[in-house]
Amino acid sequence: MREKRIRVLIAKPGLDGHDRGAKVVARALRDAGMEVIYTGLHQTPEQVVEAALQEDVDVVGLSILSGAHMTLVPRVRELLRENQAGEIPVLVGGIIPEEDARELKEKGYADAIFTPGSSLEAIVACVRDLAGSK
Amino acid sequence: MFDEDKLARIREARVRWAAGSPPGPEAAAAFKTVSGAPVEELYTPLEVAELDYIRDLGFPGEYPFTRGVQRDMYRGRLWTMRQFSGFGDAFDSNRRYRYLLEQGQTGLSVAFDMPTIMGYDSDHPRSRGEVGRCGVAVDSLADMEILFDGIPLDRVTTSMTINGPAAILWCMYLAAAEKQGVPLEKVGGTIQNDILKEYIAQKSWIFPPEPSLRLITDIFAFASRHVPRWNTISISGYHIREAGSTAVQELAFTLADGFAYVEAGIKAGLDVDEFAPRLSFFFNAHLDFFEEICKYRAARRIWARHMRERYGAKNPRSWMMRFHTQTAGCSLTAQEPENNIIRTALEALAAVLGGTQSLHTNSMDEVLALPTEKAVKIALRTQQIIAHESGVANTVDPLAGSYFVEAMTNRMEAEAEEYFRKIESLGGVLAAIERGFFQQEIADAAYAYQRAVESGERVVVGVNRYLSQEPVNIEILKIDPAVEERQVQRLRELKARRDNLAVKAALERLKQAAQGSDGLIPYILEAVKVYATEGEIVAVLKEVFGEYREQPLF
Repeated sequence: MREKRIRVLIAKPGLDGHDRGAKVVARALRDAGMEVIYTGLHQTPEQVVEAALQEDVDVVGLSILSGAHMTLVPRVRELLRENQAGEIPVLVGGIIPEEDARELKEKGYADAIFTPGSSLEAIVACVRDLAGSK
Repeated sequence: MFDEDKLARIREARVRWAAGSPPGPEAAAAFKTVSGAPVEELYTPLEVAELDYIRDLGFPGEYPFTRGVQRDMYRGRLWTMRQFSGFGDAFDSNRRYRYLLEQGQTGLSVAFDMPTIMGYDSDHPRSRGEVGRCGVAVDSLADMEILFDGIPLDRVTTSMTINGPAAILWCMYLAAAEKQGVPLEKVGGTIQNDILKEYIAQKSWIFPPEPSLRLITDIFAFASRHVPRWNTISISGYHIREAGSTAVQELAFTLADGFAYVEAGIKAGLDVDEFAPRLSFFFNAHLDFFEEICKYRAARRIWARHMRERYGAKNPRSWMMRFHTQTAGCSLTAQEPENNIIRTALEALAAVLGGTQSLHTNSMDEVLALPTEKAVKIALRTQQIIAHESGVANTVDPLAGSYFVEAMTNRMEAEAEEYFRKIESLGGVLAAIERGFFQQEIADAAYAYQRAVESGERVVVGVNRYLSQEPVNIEILKIDPAVEERQVQRLRELKARRDNLAVKAALERLKQAAQGSDGLIPYILEAVKVYATEGEIVAVLKEVFGEYREQPLF
């Protein structure tokens, strides 16, 4: 039997409209054989979590370039937990200063963080890993 | 430019030369610009045989403006050094502006935070976590007054990066200038006000296209009568490029947008020469040095030709493309951020050699956070060194006549014209947006670029070649999380202290006007003057106009 395809939600929470990274990553994941659901722009954390649950995804990817990551990422994680889906891995991409990245990971809000200059190969591998560990 | 005999001799000599030079070790590799356009080994008069000096280049300050919009270019006056800046609240940003002016910056450029850009007040639930983060938070005229406190608005010009709610922020600026005692006819600056590229690339929209275009043409009309020194729009390729487009796409899509605004103005009953002289442009300066220079030269020529020949503009100022340039944020790397100083310097040099009217140079740390004061200072110094030490500003358009530069300028113009035909065949810019044409073209180019970086075909120093394992160790600007609380508190106090009946009445009049067909600027101006907030004004307009929604694709 064929292995089940990994399902990933790529989401743009918050108000920023910079979607280049989200779209490039979404396409790379699709080209790597995953099923990718892209939310589009300007999503609230509630909308992101609702989409994650509805689509029954294995991994949630958040793209944030507005500096609001310290509010939005914890909120998404909390909402996932409130909906008994706290085990879904969350991956974050964007302009995230090192110090913030460390805090988001240490506090368990994010499982992995990718900043500009990250390779698609590394992101694809990370999503595979996270999906497998779920 | 060359007679047939000479061309024939060159052709002959070239064949001989080519036969005598065996392919070098790198001959197999494709030489391409950063946009993926092919670059030949050598350019000669043969590649520009059709070039007609007067028709295609002309003299600076004259049609078709290929060589620049001013007669003497930088010999008369250097470009405006304008660093895009804004963070925290109006107090924080006012301090940064004063610092930049003290350092010799010659104009201001305001970056607003996301809630302001999207039309939400700082106390809106959707603003949580975003207030003052990637720009300055402005909710009302009260914030605008603080932002420009002690900065004389009759002498400093200001550019504001604001689009969906541009009319509102512009009115706040005009009201703040009036409060300083500066009459409107003396106020100068630019609002970005380019909603088409929001739908195409930057994705910060509020209203659907039709009412958005109405607001824009209302601004054209009001400014031409009352604020003659104001650039009413900055038609932007910058964001299109940042979203991943090629140089030609940036060129073509931006000019196509420009033509769409001209058509909207004409359709709104304005005379083209009444508003076209105040249209301005905004381009990216990416890393491919010659491609960028040619892009600016081609842009000026295309604009002049279309404005004169297609739209019948008679005022030479309507033919002139004036533009601002910003170095490419997307070319910066998080790895070894100091290298970004060099990238930015090369990009800035291209912008200057391309004849820009104003320039923002990115700071090395902007790929990590908003820039620190030190990083901004180096970025500004980069411009000052180009201006005063490099010697490139001594003569006008020094690269003109280079076989390579002229051939590439011609090619880019021809490829842009091809895109115009394609857009036309799709039913124009708005129809092409609805069909996702631009969005798909850009997403494809962005993906192709990323794949080229991944495969190593495109070298990025410190990223896929010459890697070092040293951790990044530079200082980062931090935004105080208390900014949001303070801003919300100030907004609450404002709402308690202002004349709320006057606010209500002004908003009601605005709503009625929006339902009709009056120019809306006087109504918005009236509302901001009684301290109606941005969010309140946007809410009223949303009620009448509705909101834009995008069909997401990737």
